[in-house]
Amino acid sequence: MGAGHAHRLYRHGTSPVHALPPHAKLAAAFLFVLVVVATPREAMWAFAVYAVLLAAAARLARVPAAFLLKRLLIEVPFVAFAVLMPFVAQGERVHVLGLSLSVNGLWGAWNVLAKGALGVAASVLLAATTELRQLLLGLERLKLPPLLVQIAGFMIRYGDVITDEMRRMRIARASRGFEARGVRHWGVLAKSAGALFIRSYERGERVHLAMVSRGYTGSMPVVAEAVASPAQWRLALALPCSALVVCLLGWIL
Amino acid sequence: MHVPDGFIDAPTSAVTGVVAAGALAVSLRGARRELGEERTAPLAGLVAAFIFAVQMLNFPVAAGTSGHLLGGALAAILVGPYTGVLCVSVVLLMQGVLFADGGLTALGVNITDMALVTTVVSYAVFRGLLAVLPRKRRSVTVASFVAALVSVPAAAVAFTLIYAIGGTTDVSIGKVATAMIGVHVLIGIGEAVITALTVGAVIAVRPDLVHGARGLRQRLRLRVNGELVDAPEPAAVPAAARTSRRTVWLTGLVASLVLAGFVSFYASANPDGLEKVAHDKGIDTKAKEHASADSPLADYGVKDVSDARLSGGLAGVIGVGVTVVAGSAVFWAVRRRRGADVSPANPGL
Repeated sequence: MGAGHAHRLYRHGTSPVHALPPHAKLAAAFLFVLVVVATPREAMWAFAVYAVLLAAAARLARVPAAFLLKRLLIEVPFVAFAVLMPFVAQGERVHVLGLSLSVNGLWGAWNVLAKGALGVAASVLLAATTELRQLLLGLERLKLPPLLVQIAGFMIRYGDVITDEMRRMRIARASRGFEARGVRHWGVLAKSAGALFIRSYERGERVHLAMVSRGYTGSMPVVAEAVASPAQWRLALALPCSALVVCLLGWIL
Repeated sequence: MHVPDGFIDAPTSAVTGVVAAGALAVSLRGARRELGEERTAPLAGLVAAFIFAVQMLNFPVAAGTSGHLLGGALAAILVGPYTGVLCVSVVLLMQGVLFADGGLTALGVNITDMALVTTVVSYAVFRGLLAVLPRKRRSVTVASFVAALVSVPAAAVAFTLIYAIGGTTDVSIGKVATAMIGVHVLIGIGEAVITALTVGAVIAVRPDLVHGARGLRQRLRLRVNGELVDAPEPAAVPAAARTSRRTVWLTGLVASLVLAGFVSFYASANPDGLEKVAHDKGIDTKAKEHASADSPLADYGVKDVSDARLSGGLAGVIGVGVTVVAGSAVFWAVRRRRGADVSPANPGL
């Protein structure tokens, strides 16, 4: 846990976007994605405008484009699905380069790709500019149940510890000459998983006792209250509001 | 498989979001009961971290391919259904917000599908099996195998349903269902093996930690004058349990007979939803008739009984009877064999 609790996607910085209060950023990202999903797929220009809007936000946050684009790779399984879609969907068909493609399928593929990519980009931008602790504070400010936020906090804080424990088990297995090559070795791996569960659960019990001994009674004390000024709200909501205008234009035109 | 944004339309995403929020509220309350009021946060958090980590543990299959655990069934069996739903949901939530894995607007779909359906189905199957299997350690492993095996295709079915309601592309439901369920039956086999092995490993070391094995506590034995003696048990409990189990059995049997025989009397003779979809889309023109299509009970009616309703009802009653007989036969066979070969080495739990 010595790594300062920064998660993998976070990029330290001092941009105006980094300085925004977390709940405003969360609300903005969520509303933006909601607007994108509600846009008709035939309005192709609208998605280009969304991409430009996101690029502007990324520039304001000083997040390099390569960083965003690399993270879009998480969508690859769905790209495969989208590529299949024009071949399996029904409806009228067009012939391109000797291939018979479904018009509906092409629209569907475009729809999933465009909206999915914009959604991932928005989430990456949010994660890249918001610290973990801030993110949890923001979720709590957005009225998620405090217990849920606490659980999420414990999961994130101890996620690295548990993953490390798993890595040590793997090294221990490897140093004894074990190499998992097929189904025959699942028994050993499953025993490791079982041991990992027992260790995690027992660690939870110890953490609880340690917290009780420091005065924990079921809720966390509020150390830093996240507050957003009207100006900060305006800056944060500029993105979803301009997207909403584009979306409405997309429906009208 | 994390659903991204734009895959399911906005109204359906909103409805599943409400379903997920309700499920979270219920499971928050239930988890407090399962783990204890103030222990909930650290314990559930650490279990969620465990699920998060164990999803990264690779199980090699063959020739470079490997799979990993989804964890819904495992969580339900190890820590209970409410905590299970809660932990898997938290993992999905954090994956969506922190790692951009699964869309923000698709969170409701993902939680409903992967946390709620998987966990609830697997736990229901698990409990149902434990009720009929002998009270032994092995039964827990067997039950977790079947529970995990069923849970993954169940999630695929749930996804197909959500897709049928709010999918943004018009790939026919039949194709989606075939592809999804076909693939997930295979994944389910892997999941079942790993889950059963893992539950077995935990039970071997800390059986008290396994929520699903709480009924299997070892009996307290006292050393009296140098000899081990079974501690006297509270007498009322086993008798009550036996009668209540018999009542449950009888009620279940009567209910299924009534449903099968009497209600199908009045049931609609129209084909059900899926058959209708298949018919409308013309999928069923290719469908082969089932191998038992000309058996005496084909298409849920009894041959040579001309009254359609009477025939349907009779078929239902006969079906229930055959199922009960076959099920009991298998159950008795398994129980007798197990009783014969494990007793000296491992006198139960």
